Amino acid sequence: MAGNFVSTTNPCRMCRPLGACLAFRGIEDSMVLLHGSQGCSTYMRRYISSHFREPVDIASSSLSEKSAVYGGAESLKRGVKNVVDRYSPRVLGIATTCLTETIGDDVELIIGELLRDEPALREVEIIPVSTPSYSGGHYNGFHDSCVALISRLAQGGPRGDGVNLFPGFLSPADIRHLKDVMDGFGLSAVIIPDISETLDGGIVDSYRRIPAGGTPLEAVRRTGTAAFSLEFSAATPGRQSAALLLKESFSVPAERLPAPIGISYSDRFFQAVSRRAGRPVPEHFARQRERLLDAMVDAHKYLSGKRAAVYGDPDFVLGLSSFLADVGVVPAVIASGGGGREFISELELACAHLEDPPEILTYTDFGEIARAAAASGVDLLVGTSKGNHIARELQVPLMRAGFPIHDRIGGQRMLHVGYAGAMALLDLLTNTIIAGAQDELGYGYSYM
Amino acid sequence: MTDRDREGIALELIPEREGHISLKTGSGPGRIACDAESLAGAVSQRACVFCGARVVINPVADALHLIHGPIGCSTYTWDIRGSLSSGPELHRLSFSTDLREKDVIFGGEDKLYRALTELIEAHRPRGAFVYATCIAGVIGDDIKAVCARVEKENGLPVIPVQSEGFKGNKNAGYKAACHALFNLVSRGGRRDARPLSMNILGDFNLAGELWMVREYFERMGLEVVANISGDSRVEQVMRAGEAALNVVQCSGSMMHLARMMERAYGIPHLRVSYVGLDDMAGSLTRVADFFGDGKISARTRELIEGELQALEPELARYRRRLAGRVAAVYVGGAFKAVSLIRAFRSLDMQVAVVGSQTGKESDYDEIRAAADPGTVIVDDANPLELAQLMQSRGVDIFVGGVKERPVAYKLGVAFCDHNHERKRPLEGFAGMLNFAREVHDSIFSPVWRFIPRAGSGQQSAHGR
Ligand code: SF4
Ligand code: SF4
Repeated sequence: MAGNFVSTTNPCRMCRPLGACLAFRGIEDSMVLLHGSQGCSTYMRRYISSHFREPVDIASSSLSEKSAVYGGAESLKRGVKNVVDRYSPRVLGIATTCLTETIGDDVELIIGELLRDEPALREVEIIPVSTPSYSGGHYNGFHDSCVALISRLAQGGPRGDGVNLFPGFLSPADIRHLKDVMDGFGLSAVIIPDISETLDGGIVDSYRRIPAGGTPLEAVRRTGTAAFSLEFSAATPGRQSAALLLKESFSVPAERLPAPIGISYSDRFFQAVSRRAGRPVPEHFARQRERLLDAMVDAHKYLSGKRAAVYGDPDFVLGLSSFLADVGVVPAVIASGGGGREFISELELACAHLEDPPEILTYTDFGEIARAAAASGVDLLVGTSKGNHIARELQVPLMRAGFPIHDRIGGQRMLHVGYAGAMALLDLLTNTIIAGAQDELGYGYSYM
Repeated sequence: MTDRDREGIALELIPEREGHISLKTGSGPGRIACDAESLAGAVSQRACVFCGARVVINPVADALHLIHGPIGCSTYTWDIRGSLSSGPELHRLSFSTDLREKDVIFGGEDKLYRALTELIEAHRPRGAFVYATCIAGVIGDDIKAVCARVEKENGLPVIPVQSEGFKGNKNAGYKAACHALFNLVSRGGRRDARPLSMNILGDFNLAGELWMVREYFERMGLEVVANISGDSRVEQVMRAGEAALNVVQCSGSMMHLARMMERAYGIPHLRVSYVGLDDMAGSLTRVADFFGDGKISARTRELIEGELQALEPELARYRRRLAGRVAAVYVGGAFKAVSLIRAFRSLDMQVAVVGSQTGKESDYDEIRAAADPGTVIVDDANPLELAQLMQSRGVDIFVGGVKERPVAYKLGVAFCDHNHERKRPLEGFAGMLNFAREVHDSIFSPVWRFIPRAGSGQQSAHGR
């Protein structure tokens, strides 16, 4: 963004501790406490819950005006004791907020004191993460938390044959699919974090304070002994990579890939796994790929020449852009509320075969996306539900994907990754465009 | 905890939470701890000062609403509730100074000044509100001074809202909002009251509700000068000093403004509620009585009779179906909780649990007076408490906000959103019918037949 930036109109990113809340939610028996004012935690609960439609409990140290001036140590200690008392978590993430970062609370130090005074609390793995929102967004907070989990918990040992998979922030349906893929290759994989059940659970007989599921604590500890790590983080800087941290600390080989959205990136993922596992892509997934190719051919005439504006988290948007470019929709405007050098250079590679290079907006807001989409004359928007105002204004359809989707149901069940995900996206995309054409033609054609 | 058991609430509580829950035993007074800060580590349903201020002022549709703080505070409040406007929709954009590390170190005043100037130039609003968040508070920016400077340079009201999040809960935010709104009102000042005129305070025009009640008052023969803040405009708010009466709904959020206007201009106020038939009709009647004008009173009677008659047949059907069902009510303001208790009673239903995020001592007295014996009354509840209460009290439907919805659903309990996210009017006469329909449709949905009530150890306890 330009150096003369002074304000944001309709933000295109959430704040950093929200990412921590999402990541810790994927660890078994864990809770998160935000060290800050009450409001931040209430807002984030509502924001997350409206997408996943699950109860989301996030505790807060509920700082008052006094503690904002004199420091929040006492509130934090009381908060930790109360959450542990009520929720009995095995893992407790403590994410800072802008407020406690600004007043300079030293969470590590405060927790150290607390553990000295209350040795019983040592039963709980307490993991502080620094997440000031005035630098970075929720995607950073998500990766920060994965790095913190690994740096605190991972242990070395003789090399086993396990696999670590760091998926980044994808949907619960995506995580379930990734498990199937790894199972299909006969690999015993640990997915960190695993939100497949904890953010998309069923109706249960008795209410659980902490929902079932998530990566078990022991599995996180074992990550240091894995045969290799895969991480979907091509658009993320290396210092936020948990896979690289494991490589440095325990020499676990690491491969960082783009999230496998669309056929190109799915190929890269399946090939990588196949190479590492030393076996071909299982029949089941090979058939999925054949059907996907068939579908891409069926769809191509509906899609060709269409132009889209796509926006969202850096890693997710990279995947979506590549998917669009695969199927013949030009990602004319590619935008993210974040996005550094890695994001831009990967996008340039993904879009190299396009006639015109896309307009890439980083650290942007919906005000700018609206201007760029209008100027570029796009046919549709692809991204979170927060683009609905722009879609209405431009009178173009919005294909919802990513997080958050607050105005439809099923965001948590959307599948994006792998050949199966590409197929689901393709159908959604093509039908969105066909429906628009059918309306526009006005005749009510019975065959499209 | 033994006391609780004796009272029959059967709840596991954090010890400090004990005073926040009570049981209405007889008609005698009870005490509840409230209006305190939320407990650290409990998962409160409460929001912050800024949130309270933002929701109250935000519906002023032709004003620029700029949040001075880091990004999240703005992300989470963007278009947060559907306050409809009949004209401009500038209030639906979320502007933020998006404070960054260097602003936090060097201060954000200059950025705020430039943001305001640029945005006013770009959007040509009729006024601007600048909301302080926690961070603006700690870094000590002089928001007032910046507002004054921009106001002078651009010739439009630029009003600071002192809503640093940590300064309390939503109640404090309402107060901050009322100060800001009074700041705007006072620019118009007091003029001779127009006879038979009034302001509507404390309705936010969700789902067009304000338009509905405004029309009632107009049919009665009254002139509505300003509606604050649903579907309002800067200039309209500045004219509020011309009204003869303030009619205030939702005591929590706008009473401060009514009191300020009473003190400064001598404009009297009436507290009303548009939720439920009795409260709606009673409110119109009291407003009519205030003006003591025979024609107005006659028209009011006629209006109420007509509306009630039109509703009765359909409402009677719902009443037959819903009789004996049990509700839990957990809403932001205590005043609304009282109206809902009465609304449920008019459907022959019973309210077994009632609570609010931000009720005050006097609010809970009112709740206690309205509630049936045996009702559990709770202040600033957390999800664990709500879940336990829903299970132990055999609740059929939960009325609350979106944060409580998934908890109810997980437990196999029906739900009605009586908060920000409603899309159909639930206020007014027609609103009561919508409300009954929503309650009915959720309770009688066939899906519950497949879903065991959590904790019941059996198939649906809804018994159909
Ligand atoms: S203060 Fe920071 S952490 Fe809290 S909501 Fe705002 S941006 Fe997020
Ligand atoms: S930082 Fe303060 S003002 Fe912003 S959401 Fe959090 S509590 Fe509210």
